Amino acid sequence: MALLEFQGVCKIYNNTTKALADIAFSVDEGEFVSIIGPSGSGKSTILRCINRLVDATQGTVIFDESDISHASKKDIREARKKIGMIFQHYNLVDRLSVIENVLHGRLGHKSTISGMMGRYTESEKEKAFQILEKLGLVEQAYKRCDELSGGQKQRVGIARSIMQEPKLILCDEPIASLDPSSAKVIMDHLSNINRNMKITCILNLHQVDVALKYASRIIGLTSGRIVYDGPPNHLTKNKIYEIYQSSEGELITDVW
Amino acid sequence: MFGNRTKTAKLNGRESVFVKRKRTFTLIFVSFIALFLLSSLITDYNAIGGFLSLPKAFVWSIKNLVPNATSWPRVPLIFDNLVETALLSVAVTVCSAVCAFFFSLLGTRTMRVNPVVGRAVRIIAAFFRNIPDIVWALLLLFAFHQNILSGFFALFFATFGLLTRTFIETIDEISASCVEALHATGATNLQVVSQGIIPSSMATLISWILYMIETNVRNAVLIGILTGTGIGWLFDLFYKRGDWGAVSLVVLAVVILIIVIEMISTQIRKVIM
Amino acid sequence: MGDNREITNFTALNSHRCVRMTRGGKIKTGADGKANLVIKITIIALLGLTIIGFLTFDYKDTNIFTAILDTFVNAGIMFGTPRLSHVSFSGAMEQLLVTFALATLATIFGAVIAFFASLLCAKNIANPIVANVVKSFVAFVRAVPTILWVFIIAMSSGLGSIAAVVGLTFHSAGYLTKAYAESIEEMNEGAIEALKTSGASFWQIVLQAIMPSSIRYMVAWTFLRFEINFANALAVGAAAGAGGIGFELWMAGNQYHDLRELGFLTYIIVIAAVLLEVIATKVKEKAG
Repeated sequence: MALLEFQGVCKIYNNTTKALADIAFSVDEGEFVSIIGPSGSGKSTILRCINRLVDATQGTVIFDESDISHASKKDIREARKKIGMIFQHYNLVDRLSVIENVLHGRLGHKSTISGMMGRYTESEKEKAFQILEKLGLVEQAYKRCDELSGGQKQRVGIARSIMQEPKLILCDEPIASLDPSSAKVIMDHLSNINRNMKITCILNLHQVDVALKYASRIIGLTSGRIVYDGPPNHLTKNKIYEIYQSSEGELITDVW
Repeated sequence: MFGNRTKTAKLNGRESVFVKRKRTFTLIFVSFIALFLLSSLITDYNAIGGFLSLPKAFVWSIKNLVPNATSWPRVPLIFDNLVETALLSVAVTVCSAVCAFFFSLLGTRTMRVNPVVGRAVRIIAAFFRNIPDIVWALLLLFAFHQNILSGFFALFFATFGLLTRTFIETIDEISASCVEALHATGATNLQVVSQGIIPSSMATLISWILYMIETNVRNAVLIGILTGTGIGWLFDLFYKRGDWGAVSLVVLAVVILIIVIEMISTQIRKVIM
Repeated sequence: MGDNREITNFTALNSHRCVRMTRGGKIKTGADGKANLVIKITIIALLGLTIIGFLTFDYKDTNIFTAILDTFVNAGIMFGTPRLSHVSFSGAMEQLLVTFALATLATIFGAVIAFFASLLCAKNIANPIVANVVKSFVAFVRAVPTILWVFIIAMSSGLGSIAAVVGLTFHSAGYLTKAYAESIEEMNEGAIEALKTSGASFWQIVLQAIMPSSIRYMVAWTFLRFEINFANALAVGAAAGAGGIGFELWMAGNQYHDLRELGFLTYIIVIAAVLLEVIATKVKEKAG
């Protein structure tokens, strides 16, 4: 049984803008999937349909053997506990400490009251420190997040999602706001998490070369439709041009 | 003349920006003058008289607005009323800020409670914001008579409307991104509010609250004249008696209070922002 | 190393030397720095002052519940059945116009004074000593509430449009000076520097560098101030009898005890205020 399955998913914004049209694919446990495509092709919408930050207009999304797209509020929360998410702009609570932000990954597992009060158990705190150490951030644990660099902030975002002990991590343009060296650090961490912790990852990426280097599978998206779905070594240049609807010489990757 | 025109044509791109800017300035200037003349006509305002009033007021103030032997014993009374007005503005601002905070949560896009509720919240806030506090004061005077509560509720309604709108804007601007992330972890709405919205926006909200306290001190002085309470009432009393020495002490007291509040607010903002 | 023996698994990691404990022996999570502490103290202080306020206020012997109920009934009459009886509709409109005009005059005077004052006290262009003197003076002017300025001017010039306009102008000028100075201070140093090195005079710098980059903020602040001045003109009319529709409000409420007239006048004012906001937004869009 696949971990995640999309069946005929459509999304229409404001009754007019069609973001996704008849999307169908499935992801098995342990895969490292990268979704590529031009801006506005619906990459973010696909990710957000999985954890219901966006509601699909039509179709079914099945995650971990339960139908997410028609779930109750409570069931959505249950599913979200098992799905970590990493954002382009990190989406941390800037004025809280690094460790507090990491601990936010536990909120879904706690009672409303103790989560509200920010009361975490000692073992949760120890786990947070262990994760921070693995990501090389333990020295920064008591700093406020707005004192960190972009690469460090993204590592806090990763730590928060690992803290959830998720089955799946969604990454929405995780390196789009980073310089090349921090981007590499982030991609290496994600790849490690995928291999060593056996967490399935789905990434939206802008950089085709990065996708080709790290992903075990690539999904190409053009105006809300899947135009490629397969391993990276089968992705031909012409296919890339088709995904980005451009001709030879127009893409930056051509320099490579 | 001809030479000029060719030059303009040559420098077309750059020149036209300046020409346009100059035209805009001229337009603004002319409409200001027109507005000024029209307004003077309507209000029967005499600009020269206005300017002359300044030295007159200055000379008069120096002669009369000085504390004298009879006004010093009034200091305790002035102090009591000043404290009352200060506490009133703090209490009003705090109460309306607490209400406005919970109310504004229903109106933010960030929490997406419900589009209909959100709309209703914004309309209610606009209703309270657009009705001036003196109208509330005049209405409340009917039932509460000359009482501190008429001032309290009048300022409360106006502050509530203003802060609700401000809080909605602040939360939507500052907290939207971290709220999305917290929702994605499976946190409940109450957890998102206390772990995401409050820590991320509290400093800005407090900055607004401090600003409103300062504004409400000024407003409370004015409302106090209508409702017969606090330092405003005392000012009115001395003013009508022509007790200028005491009037001067009241003005001095208000100035000191406002400057002290402003200084404390500035210090707090420096640390928390 | 041996101090942390309880946490066996944990001590094996490097991280334990970065972990801090609270006094209760638990792992600390809060951020360093005093911002959060100051926020907490501020909140506690404000709540404390609020409680002290409620305990010390003199409520006289009003029955609060009946008064609240009566106010609801009164509000129903006021907003439900508005009607003019002591003043004609055209009279009310005329008074509305007067209030508008008072606010306009105060805003124009305030803006002109503030423009020159802000050049004298913006940190990046002014002489520091002059700037400090002007700033302190402006802080004093701002600290006196508008209504007190109106009364002070009225003592020597009599109550009328002069007292109202001059009184409103004081606080407007103080407020706008601060706002303008801040928008000038926000512009980037480079532009001024470049003009200074090219030997531009003070006024050339003002016209070529400062005006173009700050004018948008200044226009926005001026409109905001106009809205405040409109509300203040109303209030001054009601509390000092300085004319305009504010005075009519006061007459309806305090002299005729006519809730319905109060309601009608309020509707006029609210509609005018909303229109004003719409126009201001339009103009700001154009200016931006």
